[in-house]
Amino acid sequence: MVRVSKKEAVEMLKELSIYELAQRADEIRQKLHPQGIVTFVVDRNINYTNICINKCKFCAFWRPKEHPEAYIISKDELAQKIEETLALGGTQILLQGGVHPDLALDFYIDMLKFIKSSFNIHVHGFSPPEISFLAKKEGITVKEVLQRLKCAGLDSIPGGGAEILSDRVRRIQSPNKINSAEWLNVMREAHKLGMRTSATMMFGSIEAEEDIIEHLDAIRELQDETGGFTAFIPWSFQPLNTELKKENPELQPAGSVKYLRVLSLSRIYLDNFKNIQVSWVTQGIKIAQVGLRFGANDFGSTMLEENVVRSAGVSYRVTMNEIIEAIKSVGFKPAQRDTYYNILKFF
Amino acid sequence: MFSDIERKIIVGERLSKEDALYLFRSEEIHNIGKLADYVSRKINNDKVYFIINIHINPTNICVNRCKFCAFSRSKGDPDAYEMTIKEIIDRLKEVSQSVGYVKEVHIVSGLHPEWDFRYYLDMLQSIKKEFPHIGIKAFTAVEIDYFSKIANFSIEETLLKLKSAGLDIMPGGGAEIFNPEIRNIICPEKISGKRWLEIIKTAHSLGIKTNATMLYGHLESFEHRVDHLLKLRELQDETGGFLAFIPLSYQPQNTEIKVLYPSGIDDLKTIAISRLFLDNIPHIKAYWIMLGEKLAQLSLLYGADCLEGTVIEEKIAHSAGARSKRGLTLKEIISMIREVGKIPVERDSFYNVVKLW
Repeated sequence: MVRVSKKEAVEMLKELSIYELAQRADEIRQKLHPQGIVTFVVDRNINYTNICINKCKFCAFWRPKEHPEAYIISKDELAQKIEETLALGGTQILLQGGVHPDLALDFYIDMLKFIKSSFNIHVHGFSPPEISFLAKKEGITVKEVLQRLKCAGLDSIPGGGAEILSDRVRRIQSPNKINSAEWLNVMREAHKLGMRTSATMMFGSIEAEEDIIEHLDAIRELQDETGGFTAFIPWSFQPLNTELKKENPELQPAGSVKYLRVLSLSRIYLDNFKNIQVSWVTQGIKIAQVGLRFGANDFGSTMLEENVVRSAGVSYRVTMNEIIEAIKSVGFKPAQRDTYYNILKFF
Repeated sequence: MFSDIERKIIVGERLSKEDALYLFRSEEIHNIGKLADYVSRKINNDKVYFIINIHINPTNICVNRCKFCAFSRSKGDPDAYEMTIKEIIDRLKEVSQSVGYVKEVHIVSGLHPEWDFRYYLDMLQSIKKEFPHIGIKAFTAVEIDYFSKIANFSIEETLLKLKSAGLDIMPGGGAEIFNPEIRNIICPEKISGKRWLEIIKTAHSLGIKTNATMLYGHLESFEHRVDHLLKLRELQDETGGFLAFIPLSYQPQNTEIKVLYPSGIDDLKTIAISRLFLDNIPHIKAYWIMLGEKLAQLSLLYGADCLEGTVIEEKIAHSAGARSKRGLTLKEIISMIREVGKIPVERDSFYNVVKLW
């Protein structure tokens, strides 16, 4: 099949009817996943700190260091959370900050070693802004940081912090965060070291259609180069309690229609990505179910704990069983997977 | 088969029961949606209607204890409540002041074992006296049947008295699912489907417009849904009294019927098929309270042309675990409609345009 060009993609996102976008995405999903399997991972989000130097305007989770709610997780707490995750059949933890100004590489290495020496669990951890910060703080290359973290037990890297890979938008909404090229570079280096990562996109803030396509194109190109992305996960900006909302009081959260249009276009554009994930945490179960007919083949995580989106006032809570039933009831076969999308168990 | 259905829709031919069943069983959700949107635009152009309204449920005490209901209580239960007319008026005043204005009040209630019919007439009269410009949409066929019994009036007399006391239109609740076997399981004490249709028919004959509903996603089959839709279509051919059809997506929490929430796909299909099958009912309403705001928005491209209003403080569906907000602001509703590329139209109870937004 001929690749969709950037120009075509912008036109599609702007002009094509929702039915045609859906139909095309649905056909591609069916071709890539002909058995109708929809996967999910059992994991827990662990935010080791909420102290963050980036202070992104779309984020309601971060706190300054001196804030009464600021924290760094203790080892006891970390161990307890991992034990609970394993007890519930979990296979991975999603370990993310805050980019804490004072924590040096040793803290991370120590944390990873502690986890790996005590538990048999996959660590899907940090994100390019955290890695990039450590490189600067330590005065070493991104590659060295990654090597040392990998050595200490880091298995794979989540695709967070990508937001929109358009520097025009980043300069406004996350001026302190790494730019697009740096984000992509961390992922490139990780892939080269044999680490797999996912890619995300946060849309529905102040970007234009062109910015969304810019983003998709950048990760498609990198995927051509490395093949290291496991999946793509678009989700929409949740404005409550954020600085961006205060600065733009007219900003309304992107609705489900926008979400589904972006989701299906992602499936169409990212022809070198095997997996597209729905975001039930931001969209709710019903739209996540519908998303399975708009190109997605993965239900993401069971989210035994989720803090970041919840800080922005959205909290859809569901159990693993609800996820399994939700997948079955729209005619797909639910399966638990690991971080690499290997199937562990059918339900 | 789908192409045949498509052809029928394009030439304006009526869908048969078999067509509707085929669609319910079909996987072609996107084609069904596209077709339903075509019909919706043909009837209502690109308009999406909404109303600034408030729900008032004067009591949750009910002599019927339907198994799908998490709202009803028995007299004496600790969380049973009763509102006086003054409390209802005060509530309306308070909301009118805080929102600016209210165009319609939606009143449905439990079947209270002791209240007199006079109380309901006084309620309507007092509201009309205090707020002559607020439309009153009140009492389901189930309540009308109950009133006629406690007052010892015929259905016709009951309705006429309510109408002259200020009743403008009637909601479509209490229809649930007409099939007697399912109805016998989920709400054995409630009036039959046949009786519901008779009462609504009488209302229509007296010039009282009503809505119609269908509660789906519990124990019923697709056949039961199609039968239900067919009965509504037949009655509408006869009377023309239905303003809108509202499919109600089942909310299982805190009820005695433990099933899953209907899937998002099932919700969309049900709305779309209703639009395609009910060719004589002008409006299909997305009841966002049960669908959730996000699915409701999407349904505006899958056959719905009307959103339940701003709804200050919804109680009944929320007792059963509705995951939506309790009310939406005007701004939220307008933004939801605009994002799908349609025109927000604020309406009154009779679907007259109040304002194009």
